[in-house]
Amino acid sequence: MDHTAIDVAHMLAGGMVLVSFMLLYQDRMFGLLNVFALHAFVLSLSVAWQAYIQNAPHLFITAFIALVLKAIIIPVALHRVVVRLGIHRTIEIIGGVGPTMLFGMGLVALSMVVMLHATATADPLAREDLAFALSVVLLGLLMMVTRRNAVSQIVGFMSLENGLILAATGAKGMPLVVEISVAFSVLVAFIVIGVFLFRIRERFDTVDVEALEEARGERL
Amino acid sequence: MNPAAGTLWSVAALLGLSVLAVAIARRPAATRITYAVCLAICIAVFIIAIAYLLGADRPVAALQLPVGLPWIGAHFRIDLLSAFFLAIVNLGGAAASLYALGYGEHEESPGRVLPFYPAFLAGMNLVVLADDAFTFLFAWEFMSLTSWALVIAHHEDAENRRAGYIYIVMASFGTLALLLAFGLLAGPSGSYAFADMRASSAAQPGLVLLLVLIGAGSKAGLVPLHVWLPLAHPAAPSHVSALMSGVMTKVAVYGFIRIVFDLNGPPAWWWSVVVIPLAGATCVLGVLSALMQHDLKRLLAYHTVENIGIIFIGLGLALAFSAHGMAAPAALALTASLFHVFNHSLFKSLLFFGAGAILTATHERDMEHLGGLIHRMPLTAFTFLAGCVAISALPPLNGFASEWLTFQAILLSPILPSWGLKLIVPAVGAMLALSAALAAGCFVKAFGVTFLGRARSSQAADAHETDGASLTAMFAFAVLCLLAGILPGFIIDGLAPVTEALVGGRMPVQASIPWLSIVPVAESRSSYNGLLVFIFIAISALLAAEAIHRLASQALRRGPAWDCGFPDLRPETQYTADSFAQPIRRVFGEMVFLAREHVDMPPPGDARPARIAVTLRDLVWDSIYLPIAGGTAYVADKLNYLQFLTIRQFLSVVFVALVGLLVVLMFVMLVWS
Amino acid sequence: MVLILQLIAQGAQMALVLLLAPLLLGFTRKVKARLLRRQGPPVLQPYRDLLRLIRKEVVLAHNASWLFRSGPYLIFAATWVAAALIPTFATDLYFSWTADLIAITALLGSARFFLALVGMDVGTAFGGIGSSREMMFASLAEPGMIMIVFTVALLAGSTQLSEVAEFMVTHVTLRVSLGLALVGLIIVALAENARIPVDNPATHLELTMVHEAMVLEYSGRHLAVLELASALKLLLYISLIACIFFPWGLAPFGSGPASYLIGLASYLGKLTVGGFLLALFETSIAKMRVFRVPDFLGIALMLGLLGMLLLFVSRSF
Repeated sequence: MDHTAIDVAHMLAGGMVLVSFMLLYQDRMFGLLNVFALHAFVLSLSVAWQAYIQNAPHLFITAFIALVLKAIIIPVALHRVVVRLGIHRTIEIIGGVGPTMLFGMGLVALSMVVMLHATATADPLAREDLAFALSVVLLGLLMMVTRRNAVSQIVGFMSLENGLILAATGAKGMPLVVEISVAFSVLVAFIVIGVFLFRIRERFDTVDVEALEEARGERL
Repeated sequence: MNPAAGTLWSVAALLGLSVLAVAIARRPAATRITYAVCLAICIAVFIIAIAYLLGADRPVAALQLPVGLPWIGAHFRIDLLSAFFLAIVNLGGAAASLYALGYGEHEESPGRVLPFYPAFLAGMNLVVLADDAFTFLFAWEFMSLTSWALVIAHHEDAENRRAGYIYIVMASFGTLALLLAFGLLAGPSGSYAFADMRASSAAQPGLVLLLVLIGAGSKAGLVPLHVWLPLAHPAAPSHVSALMSGVMTKVAVYGFIRIVFDLNGPPAWWWSVVVIPLAGATCVLGVLSALMQHDLKRLLAYHTVENIGIIFIGLGLALAFSAHGMAAPAALALTASLFHVFNHSLFKSLLFFGAGAILTATHERDMEHLGGLIHRMPLTAFTFLAGCVAISALPPLNGFASEWLTFQAILLSPILPSWGLKLIVPAVGAMLALSAALAAGCFVKAFGVTFLGRARSSQAADAHETDGASLTAMFAFAVLCLLAGILPGFIIDGLAPVTEALVGGRMPVQASIPWLSIVPVAESRSSYNGLLVFIFIAISALLAAEAIHRLASQALRRGPAWDCGFPDLRPETQYTADSFAQPIRRVFGEMVFLAREHVDMPPPGDARPARIAVTLRDLVWDSIYLPIAGGTAYVADKLNYLQFLTIRQFLSVVFVALVGLLVVLMFVMLVWS
Repeated sequence: MVLILQLIAQGAQMALVLLLAPLLLGFTRKVKARLLRRQGPPVLQPYRDLLRLIRKEVVLAHNASWLFRSGPYLIFAATWVAAALIPTFATDLYFSWTADLIAITALLGSARFFLALVGMDVGTAFGGIGSSREMMFASLAEPGMIMIVFTVALLAGSTQLSEVAEFMVTHVTLRVSLGLALVGLIIVALAENARIPVDNPATHLELTMVHEAMVLEYSGRHLAVLELASALKLLLYISLIACIFFPWGLAPFGSGPASYLIGLASYLGKLTVGGFLLALFETSIAKMRVFRVPDFLGIALMLGLLGMLLLFVSRSF
C-alpha cells in the first residue's frame, strides 16, 4: 500500500481524534451540535477513503449513512429538541475544561500504548487506525462522564459509536459492518426520539430554566 | 604533589579558622579576616580542582588517613567527578566569601555566623572528597549541622526557629536513608570503601536507587521532600543562602551521581521511569510555588527546586540511555545536566547576593514594600537583571545553553525502546517547556516589582547602593554567566572526561568546530552558536540605535506618567507582586494550590474599603507531612502514659520485653535448626 | 568570492525582512478594511506612520529608567535577529546554522521578557495589566511552540530550519502530526502577535489590550522602533509557517540567480496569501475574554504534545 494512502487514512483518523477534543472543549449547546456534525462528516470521509483503498464498495453505504443520518438529520433533530424543550444552552463541565483536556490526553496516550503493544504483529495501517479509534471511544466515554446535561451525554454516546464504526472499517475484511452501523444508527435515532417524546430533560442534578421557574412559582 | 593532600590541608585550614573565629568573633576585624582567609583558601582549592580536571596527565590523588573507625580509616580521593564538583563548591564559596567581605559587616551577631561559615565550607569539601561510606556520611552530617547552625543564627525570629527545626528533621531523615543505602551497597562483607563497592555488585540496586533518591533528593530539593528548602534557605544570612541554594544542593546532586552512576553498577530499565516523572513534577511545582510568593528570598528558594528538577531530568535521561547501552546520547544528557549544575550555581548565587544587597539597603524582604530600586541601586539592579535573564533561559546567556542541550537530549529519546519512557518523555518535555516559560514570568515579576516602578515604602525610597566587595562578587558572576553562555563549547569539552568516566561516552569535540558553535550530535542535526547570536544582537541593537539617532529627532522632555490621561502619583496604584501573579494563579492555581479568592465587598453606603483575600494550600504539606506529624503526635501522646508508671509496672515492662525476646529467639532456633 | 556572495545574500535577507514588515501590516489592514466595506488606509501607511513617529519629540515619564530608554532597541534587536535567521527566499544562508528553531523561540522569549519589564518600568496600572497578562499568555504559548518545534524536529530529524525546509520539500508528506502542528502553530502565532481572538491590535481600551498596554508610555522614536519590532514579529511568524509547512519555491544553496528570483517571488506570494487569510480570519471571529485565552492556548499545547506523542510511539504518524 503506498504511502499517500496510509498518510491520508492517518490524517482522517487523527482528524477524528482532534474533533473529539473539540467536542470536549465546547461549552455551548449549538456549538456542540455543529462540532458533532463535523465529527460525523470526518467519519464519513474516513470510511469512504477506507472503502476506496480496501476495494470494499459496501463501505460506501456506511459512509453515506454516516453522512446523511449523523451529520445532517440527527444534529438538526437535536437542534429542534433543544429549542422546543428549552434546554439550558450552556453545558456544565465537571472539573473544568483544563483538567478534562489533560485527562483526555492521558487517555489518548493510554490507547496508543495498549493498541500498538497488543497488535504488534498485525498490518501497520490497521493497528494505527485502531489506536486512533480506541482514543475516540475513550474520549466519547469521558465526555459522557463529565457532563451533567442529557443532550451532551447523547452526543458523547454518538461520538463513541462513531469511534466503533471507525474501528470496524479500519480492520480489513470485517463482516457485517454495514449491518452493524445501521443497527447502531437505529438505536441512536430511537434514543433521540425518546428524549423528545418523554421530555427527558435531565439525568443528574442539572439546572433547567423551566424547572427552576416552576419551582420558584413564577410559572404554572 | 598529591592534589587530595593539598585539598585536605585546605580543609584543615578552614576548620582551624572556624575555631579561631570563635575566639576572635567579638573583634571588629574578625569578619574581614575570616572571610578573606576563606576566599584565599577557596581560590586555592578551585585552582587545584581545575588543574586536575583539565590537566593532560592526572596524578594519582588518593589518600588514606588513620582517623575514624579503626578497621576502615578515612579514605579521600579526587577523581574527575569530584574534581568538577570541588571546582563548583569552591567557586561558589569564593564568591560568597568575597560578597560577605562587604555584607558581613552588617551582621548583628557575628559570633553566631563566623565560626560556622568556614566549617560549612569544610564540610562541603569533605563530602566531595570522601572515598568511603563512613567519611561521606560523617561529612554529610557535619555539613547539615553547620548549615543548621547558620539557619538559626537569627533565632529571635520564631519563623527561623521553625525553619531550623524542620530542616534538622528532614536532614536527619535524609541521612538515615543514605545510611541504609550504603549498608545495602556494602553488603554482608561490610566493605565500606567506595573502591570495594564499585567492584562488587549490590544485592538490591533498585532499592539503593530509591533510598538515594530519598536521601540525596531531600537535600537537593526533589518533590515531595522539598518542604524544608523554602523555609530554611531564606532564614539564613544571604551569603549562606547563596551557598545553600547554589552549592549545597549541588553537593546533594554529587551524592546522587556518585552512588547511582558510579557505585551502584549498571542501571536497570525502570530507574529512569521513576526519576524522570519525579523530576518533571519537581520542575512545575517549584516554579508555580515561586510565582505565588512575594518574599524575594523564598521565591528564589522555590526556584532552586525547579532547577534541581531540570538537573534530575537530565540525569534520568542519562540513566535511561545508559540502561539501553547508548553511550553517546547518555553522554549528551549527562553533559546537559552537569552544565546546568554549573550554571545554576552561578546565577542562583548571583540572585541571592542581589537579594542580600536589597535586604541590607532596605531591611525588607517582602517585594510588596520595595520598588523603584533601579534608580537607587543601579549597579545591583544591572547584575540582578543579568541573573534574571540567565535563569529564565534566554539567549545568549548560560541558562539557555544548558536548557538547549537538555532539549536536544529529549529529542534523541525516541530511540529508547521502553514503552513507559515513550509516554513519559514527551510529557516531561512539555513540563520542562512549561516551567521555562513560567520561570520567565516569575522573574519578570521579581525584577519588575522590586526594581522597577515607584517605591512602595520609605525604606525603598531611601535605599543606597551596596559596597564594593559585594558588587565585585556580583559582577564577577554576571560576567561568568555571559561567558558560559557565549563559549559553551569549552565547558562541554571540559566535562567530556567526566562523562567518559561515568557513562562511557562523550560528546563530539567542540573546540574544533568553526566559529565556536556547539554541535551536540551532528552538524546536520542541530547546532547553536552563542557567540554569534550575542554579536548579532549587539550589532543590531547598536545599528538600530545609531540609525535612529541619525535620522530621528533628538528632542526629549520629561513629564508625568501618561496612564491613559488619569495619572495618579500614589505608589499604591501600581501592580503588586500578588496582582502580577493573579492571571497565572487563575489559570494554574486552582488545580495545584486550590487557590481561592474571596472578596469582602461592603454594602452600599458603607465607607470602608473592599478587601480581597487569597487562600493557597500547599497540598504536599497537607497531604503528606501534616498527617505524619499528626500521627506521630498522637502516638507520642498515647505513649506518654509510660512516663507515669509505678516501679512495679516499670519492672513488669522490662520483664515482658525480656521474655518476649527469649520466645522469639526460641522460635528462630527451633524453625531454623 | 563565494564568501562575499553568501554574505550579500544573508545581508539581503536581513534588509528584506525589515523592509517588507510594514508593507505586510499595511496590506493586512487594507484587506480587513475592504472586507468590512470600508476604504481603509493606504497600503504604505505604516511607513508614513514610522516616519512621523521618528520625527516627533519623546516624552518620558519622570521616573523612567535606563531600561525604559534602551528596552526598545534590545527588543528590536532580538526580533530582527530571529527574523533574519528564518529562510525566506533561500535556504542555507551563511549564518543560518547559528540558531535553530529552539533558539529562535527563545530569542522571541527574550524580546517578550524585556517588553514585559519595560511595561512595568514606569509603575502605572496599565503597564502592570499588560505585563501580567502577557506573561500568562506566554506561559502557555511558549511551551506550545516548543512542543510544535519538537514535533517538526522529530519528523525532519533536525531542528535547523534549512534542514527542515529541505526535508519537507523532498518528502512531500501529509502526516497527522504535521497537521496537528500546523493548527497549533497558527494558534500560537495568533496569540504571540496579539491578533484577534487573543488581543485587539487596533484598540486602546483596557478591557481588550495586552500588547498595547505594555507600550502605552512610549512615544516618538522609541515607539517607532517598537512598532517596527511588532511588525517584524508578524512577518516572522508568517515566514515560519511558510518555511516549515509550505516550503516550495525556496532556492537551495548555491543555485543561480534565476532560482533566487523564483524564491523571492514565491515568498512574496506566500506573504500575500498569509496576510489575506489573517485578515479574513480576524474579521470573521470575535475577541475572546481574557480568561478564555488560556483554554485556547492550551489547545495549541495539547496539539503539539499529541503530535510529539504520536511520533514517539510510531514512526509512520
